[in-house]
Amino acid sequence: MSLNRRGFLGLTSGLAVVTLAGCGSATSASSTPRTGGRLRAAFAGGGAKEVLDPHLANLFVEAARSKAMFDKLADLGGDVSPQPRLAEKWEPNADLTRWRITLRKAVFHDGRPVRAQDVLASYARILDPNRAFRAKSSLALIDLPNSRVVDDLTVEFALKRPFGEFPNALAAFGAYIVPEGAEDFTKPVGSGAFSFVSFEPGRSVLLKRNPEYWEGAPLLDELEFVIANEESARTNALLGGQVEYAHDLTPTTARSHASGDRMTIHRSPNSAVQAFAMKVDRPPFDNRDLREALFLLADRPQLVESVLAGSGQVGNDLFGKGYQHYADLPQRERDLDKAKFLIRKAGAEGLVVKLDTSTAAAGMVEAATVFADQAKGSGLTIEVAQGNKDSYWADTLKNGSLSSFRSGAMPIETHVAQRLLSGSGTNVTKWARPEFDALHEKAVSTSDATARTEAYREMQRVLHTEGGYLMWGFADWIVGAKPNVGGISTAPANTLDWARFDKVWLG
Amino acid sequence: MAGLSLTSYAARRAALGLMQVLAVVTLVFFLVEALPGDAAVALAGDNPDPARIAQIRAAMGLDRPAPERFAQWLVGLPQLDFGESLVSGRPVAQFLSAGIGPTVVLAVLTLVLLVPISVLVGVLAALREGSLLDRALTSVSVALHSIPEFALAVVLIAVFGVQLGWLPPTAVGADVLTEPAVLVLPLVVLLARPICSISRLVRAGMVDALASDYVRHARHLGIGETRVRFAHALPNALSPAVQQVARTTDWLLGGVIVVEAVFVIPGLGTVLVDAVAARDLPVVQGLAVVFAVTTVAVNLVADLVGFRLAPRAEVVA
Repeated sequence: MSLNRRGFLGLTSGLAVVTLAGCGSATSASSTPRTGGRLRAAFAGGGAKEVLDPHLANLFVEAARSKAMFDKLADLGGDVSPQPRLAEKWEPNADLTRWRITLRKAVFHDGRPVRAQDVLASYARILDPNRAFRAKSSLALIDLPNSRVVDDLTVEFALKRPFGEFPNALAAFGAYIVPEGAEDFTKPVGSGAFSFVSFEPGRSVLLKRNPEYWEGAPLLDELEFVIANEESARTNALLGGQVEYAHDLTPTTARSHASGDRMTIHRSPNSAVQAFAMKVDRPPFDNRDLREALFLLADRPQLVESVLAGSGQVGNDLFGKGYQHYADLPQRERDLDKAKFLIRKAGAEGLVVKLDTSTAAAGMVEAATVFADQAKGSGLTIEVAQGNKDSYWADTLKNGSLSSFRSGAMPIETHVAQRLLSGSGTNVTKWARPEFDALHEKAVSTSDATARTEAYREMQRVLHTEGGYLMWGFADWIVGAKPNVGGISTAPANTLDWARFDKVWLG
Repeated sequence: MAGLSLTSYAARRAALGLMQVLAVVTLVFFLVEALPGDAAVALAGDNPDPARIAQIRAAMGLDRPAPERFAQWLVGLPQLDFGESLVSGRPVAQFLSAGIGPTVVLAVLTLVLLVPISVLVGVLAALREGSLLDRALTSVSVALHSIPEFALAVVLIAVFGVQLGWLPPTAVGADVLTEPAVLVLPLVVLLARPICSISRLVRAGMVDALASDYVRHARHLGIGETRVRFAHALPNALSPAVQQVARTTDWLLGGVIVVEAVFVIPGLGTVLVDAVAARDLPVVQGLAVVFAVTTVAVNLVADLVGFRLAPRAEVVA
């Protein structure tokens, strides 16, 4: 065995030499866009779960494929604000209850034009009471019977209440426009930059360039999505030249290959918030002092350095750093003495708190462990409890008082509406305050931009002071690609330019 | 074995096998039911709005009681109707047929290489018992046998796939039949340990057989040494190895999850992992049937082969 081990060590040092030798020529990505070629992109998949119905999209690979084949009316820009896509423009009436959407001229892959009827039919399908599409809750405020087709390129939505952030709903995850009456998605037809060629569930999807795409034909001839569930397999496939793009790599992989010449690392900052969620409706975190003590115990730079291997930024207990409406409040820092004082004041000295976590998202268990360590010597003991990963989010929504949390990018309004209102469906911190609900109501029902900004700022000020989310960091989204691949955007995951291939080229 | 013909023995074993398959399938259903969370919770993922989970549950028919769903699934089974995947709505049979291909290709190729190589190695070592060759083969096989699949796979990929670039490091997106090169590294990993264990068994069996009374008797009768070795000693020596080959076959046909994951081979093991994570019960059930049937069938065949090779050996039903 010792022979084997020596051989292995020899090999790793060999790799290190190669890596060092590769320095200097690292950023040789071709800078002039070229047309042609097939790009193979490796994503994690779901085997049995994978579908091509864009309304059912749930996994990253499904979102990326849907984006390639279909369009939404709007999508999220780099600052996670809604940008017009199939909608050329939107105009609300004075009280924000009726929205007139003008469509741009676009065609589906089978040559039929995209019409207002298709838009209404797509939304009606998502809102079907007997089904459970992901975009349903975002579109639920549309009053469908009172919405109408004005002409082929104009649709008017009636809303159940005034809502100034309606374009966010048009950009919701899975709110794609499909041809009227489409139910069979074995050979999907969309209006996107790539059209469908073939699908082998759990293995690959092949798409080809749509020369008629309204935003200009893609540079690539073909785009193939292949499935590799293990991160190490995606990395190896990229290093071995079997794919040109590997989605969702770990910070450790990024660190070891950042200076090599065999792959280029692309980082999208502010992609995933990393947090701990305290439930404010039950002991011990119904005590505001104890919540503040936890805020002060977190050594954020250390968490970012150790858990995210430096591939991220510290958080300030607020969602959506760098996004539209984000309030830049003074950065909170570790203050052990004040935390100790607050713990004593709350009468929580000697208290043992269970911190629920799981491997449902990368880094959560590590973060919990590091945080438990940071709390040592404060008087409060944090005990890490690892739960089942497949039911983790549903479990922690109901049970426990402190849990690991992460979330991808979404507009700040969506985050508030889904998680921080009395009636929110996924209110994991159990934050339910009539005055906060009223602030949100004010923000979304006013057409006065200054008043809206002020309302968002006030909501975030309250959350920063005494909310239930300890948001300690923002992880970069990491993608690896062959050095000859150009045009990869670093917009946050979940936004329009993330995992978007119509602007990508092979040099 | 007196009065028991091979046919009636096989029939009795097949009936018993059927009961075993039913027992396995029932057990698997209730074990998966007992796992925390169901398909709706797994699908809702990080957006676990209770209202949405209830809707998904209703859309999947999970709001019906578990025994009712199990009974309905069981009724379809005799017609080989495995039901539909909860999550994608596609027939379970489609998942099984998609996963069986790569798994069977890998298993058959492994066995085709495994049996001759390990018999050859075992016989060589036995014929030169105590020689330098025997000792070398013994050391190598003991060493190789102690390396777990994933460790060997990681090292082979790093050296031959990534560093030297001689072989594809994974089978991602590839069709195993049209690009056989992707199978080389997985085959080496799959062969490494079984070759060791089976060749050891063959060696031990052969050493025993060569020292046995009947071989001595055959030599006294003046039968040629080659015939003594290969017509008389070898079949008896193989009998214990057959059981080990059966276990290996069963292991291979169950989808070797680690090897499939590392090399991205979308076989039955990958289907199983995905289905369990999604709590996609009909798919898990379908796989349970396949695995149970293969286990029963492989063991039956192994017993029959063992019986033919060494009719004096006890065969326990």
